Amino acid sequence: MTNAMPQQDDILPQQGDSVSHNEAPSGESPSDRYHRSLLENVHPPTWRNPTPADEYNVVVIGAGPGGLTAAREAAALGAKVALIERDLIGGDCLNIGCVPSKALIRTARLYAEMRDAENFGGQVPGDISIGFPAVMARMRRIQTRLSRADSAQRLTEAGVDVYFGAARFAGPDVVAVAGDALRFKKALVATGARPLTPPIPGLAETGYLTNENVFDLTECPRRLLVMGGGPLGCELAQAFCRFGSHVIIAQDEPMFLPKEERDAAQILSDALSRDGIEVHLNTSVVAVHREGTQKIVDLLCAGDTSSVSVDEILAGIGRAPNVENLNLEAAGVGYDIATGIRVDDFLQTSNPRIYAAGDVCLDHKFTHVAEASARIAVRNALFLGGKRLSALTIPWCTYTDPEIAHVGLYVREAWENAIPVKTFTILMHDVDRAVTDGEEDGFVKIHVREHTDRILGATVVSRHAGEMINGLSLAISSGIGLRALARVVYAYPTQAEAIKMAADAYNRARVTPTLKSLAKRWLAQ
Amino acid sequence: MATEPQAESDDDLLQRFQRAAFGYFTTQVNPHNGLVADTSRAGSPASIAVVGFALSCYPVGVERGWMARADAVARVLVTLRFFCNSRQGDQSDATGYKGFYYHFLDMTTGQRVWQSELSLIDTTLLLAGVLTASVYFSEDTPEETEIRERADTIYRRIDWQWARGGEATARQGWKPESGFLHYGWDGYDEATILYVLGLASPTHPIPENSYVRWTATYQWENIYDYEYLYAGPLFIHHFSQAWIDFASIRDQFMREKDSDYFENSRRAIHVQREYARRNPYGFAGYGKDYWGITANDGPGFKTLKIDGRERRFLGYAARGVPYGPDDGTIDPCGTLASLPFAPALTLSALRHFCERYPDMIRDSRLPSGFNPTLSGDGRSGWVSEGYFGLDQGIVVLMIENYRSQLIWNLMRRCPYIGSGLRRAGFTGGWLS
Repeated sequence: MTNAMPQQDDILPQQGDSVSHNEAPSGESPSDRYHRSLLENVHPPTWRNPTPADEYNVVVIGAGPGGLTAAREAAALGAKVALIERDLIGGDCLNIGCVPSKALIRTARLYAEMRDAENFGGQVPGDISIGFPAVMARMRRIQTRLSRADSAQRLTEAGVDVYFGAARFAGPDVVAVAGDALRFKKALVATGARPLTPPIPGLAETGYLTNENVFDLTECPRRLLVMGGGPLGCELAQAFCRFGSHVIIAQDEPMFLPKEERDAAQILSDALSRDGIEVHLNTSVVAVHREGTQKIVDLLCAGDTSSVSVDEILAGIGRAPNVENLNLEAAGVGYDIATGIRVDDFLQTSNPRIYAAGDVCLDHKFTHVAEASARIAVRNALFLGGKRLSALTIPWCTYTDPEIAHVGLYVREAWENAIPVKTFTILMHDVDRAVTDGEEDGFVKIHVREHTDRILGATVVSRHAGEMINGLSLAISSGIGLRALARVVYAYPTQAEAIKMAADAYNRARVTPTLKSLAKRWLAQ
Repeated sequence: MATEPQAESDDDLLQRFQRAAFGYFTTQVNPHNGLVADTSRAGSPASIAVVGFALSCYPVGVERGWMARADAVARVLVTLRFFCNSRQGDQSDATGYKGFYYHFLDMTTGQRVWQSELSLIDTTLLLAGVLTASVYFSEDTPEETEIRERADTIYRRIDWQWARGGEATARQGWKPESGFLHYGWDGYDEATILYVLGLASPTHPIPENSYVRWTATYQWENIYDYEYLYAGPLFIHHFSQAWIDFASIRDQFMREKDSDYFENSRRAIHVQREYARRNPYGFAGYGKDYWGITANDGPGFKTLKIDGRERRFLGYAARGVPYGPDDGTIDPCGTLASLPFAPALTLSALRHFCERYPDMIRDSRLPSGFNPTLSGDGRSGWVSEGYFGLDQGIVVLMIENYRSQLIWNLMRRCPYIGSGLRRAGFTGGWLS
């Protein structure tokens, strides 16, 4: 078994990590050590850009999940590929997004479970103290480990010319980077997005955190105000609360996660309150100022103002596409500062040679969407591609506890498109495994077109919703209906059985009085 | 042979509880302006919705012989005169604005208190009572004529168009300090009657498409093998139906689903009962005769360890089934208000309450909240202090609708109700 290595191996920098545990200079924290190892992979300090080829089949700008996928796919197909990264390989996901946040969330869950031990028949440990540096060190260790797969070195070995530097178009078929001009047949822009700067008086002067710097914290803030109840805000609010911060969350809407179904948002709201987060809905942050070491935040809710005093402010209120400084005009690529590069359903920009993928051009700013769109874009760019973005079935998940995952249409979207819709709902408290695991909060809702078994969409709220949604994505993308799902044998006891139970409910609902009386006559023979 | 005491008949039992609930409106009223307290607790302000229930209860009192007609007429008149003459304007201490009224008013002065919102739904419930009284008091006397004229004045003055705040659907409210509350109605809730009355306005109606836009936020769900238009708190399935008989009349949504709102409430009650039988969180008392999870009073926001389990309790909150929140608190009044839709289940629950939890019931009156998970002080559970006007009102009206359909029949004769329903797209049944 190749994966049966002792866990300890993960702690030490591995092959590909040039700085070993033992060589660390004295006085350096574990976090610093892993950070240096990480840099060796994602932006080696001594890196020298390669000599440019005469012309590349494809130049990929941005080495986040989208750019990496595109570069590797193109190289695997035998294309001559250049990949340009101005900062760190891995992009937001590895460095300031999914990976570090999920690592923190795992530790936060552990602490929540320790405190909740009695509800599981266990004993609460005598001393639950948080060692924040250890939490962050584990996070860096995980980043370092995951950075190995796409290190600059490995990419080069895979046939990708890796350039570090800021890319800037110099014409419709040439891009400049660090003094080199790279000519291309095709290019793919995958430069991602960055946090929006909230236009709140005093905020910039007072200082605030976003996903770009929150993972650099060395101390857990004693009091933290989170602005915005979107996925990032909710995830980190809960994690920091579980690390012992007093967290206040201000959301300028009646619900968290305004795009999700209200029952999902309601369950999340209850869960956050239960954890001890001070929840302020319908509340906006109107001004911020500093008093000594404290940050004073003025809140406004239905005409009533109040102030809270905190140590840190985390803003999670949206993202802006990285379209500036690329000289897109020179390449004839149309874009909008707010919505990003304009692409068609084939991900082609207004310059037929140039494609875009991921956060820089799409509404759905997720790693897996960046990867899926990059795969489409690179195939369409290199071949006579006719692959469409709209053909994708895209799930997403917010990794709070419980998690909230969705795929396909929402009920309101179905109505907007005049599609009659019916929902089959299974409560997690009726799923045996959820009960044995003490994870009863949540539900599986499967939306079908009325009078058919065609799955239009689904929402899952549960501790493992992210894992459970994949089965439903498979069903939707393969055209598998609820009747077929009802024929699938699920392992007992598993939480994903909720999906099977919804399919069974569909079958029971099909038994109309006519069918019942026919069956009765048959059985009476 | 010794004679056994005669068991109380269903009708006697209901009469006893209905009479007790009615008593709220004769004891908690300010006779000088008709305002009725939100709750029986000391210092409670008036709630305009509770006034709406009071105005609807007076005809019940007259019919049942609990109140002289002249007394009822006098009470209605003093109330309508107050709502006609009190100050309307954008000042923060007015009684209303644009024909709507603030949710909570000072019992004596009638001025806005608690910085409450100018409330669309509460004005609607007030208006439902105003219209009920105007239909019932139909005699050709100067007093009863004045009731009808003043009712019409109050209705015609309401600017429903303004209350959309420029959006497609009605807003929830407005405050002089900050303008419209920036959220509307999302999903099925008690606002059906709001749309019906808003659509029927002869002066400032909301457009028909706003009702369709609202119903587009509905969720039709199959839960526990019941298919219904979901709303979590039980009261949502009651409030519009206290006045409007929705049996066999259908809007576009219900035509598509081959159901109606009366049948929907019946199914919602079955879902409540099924949830209580499954009792996922193991709360004390829950079972086939113990349900009624809704927006109501609760033990207060606190976390306690009970029998080794951490229990988090809520204060006044919108509890719901099956997604929660649920802290083991029910509203027995909500249970009883289910009577017209599921009489057998409701009567069975009411008898269970009487038998199992006699200390929850005082003088045949039910509290707004009860929670046997929190037992103590020798009592079988936590009992909400005093009484809430909304609870007592819905009990009076729903028992009456079950016994005589009085309110439903009155409102069928109210031209605004018929025209509002038709504009919302309702057809069939008594509308034909």
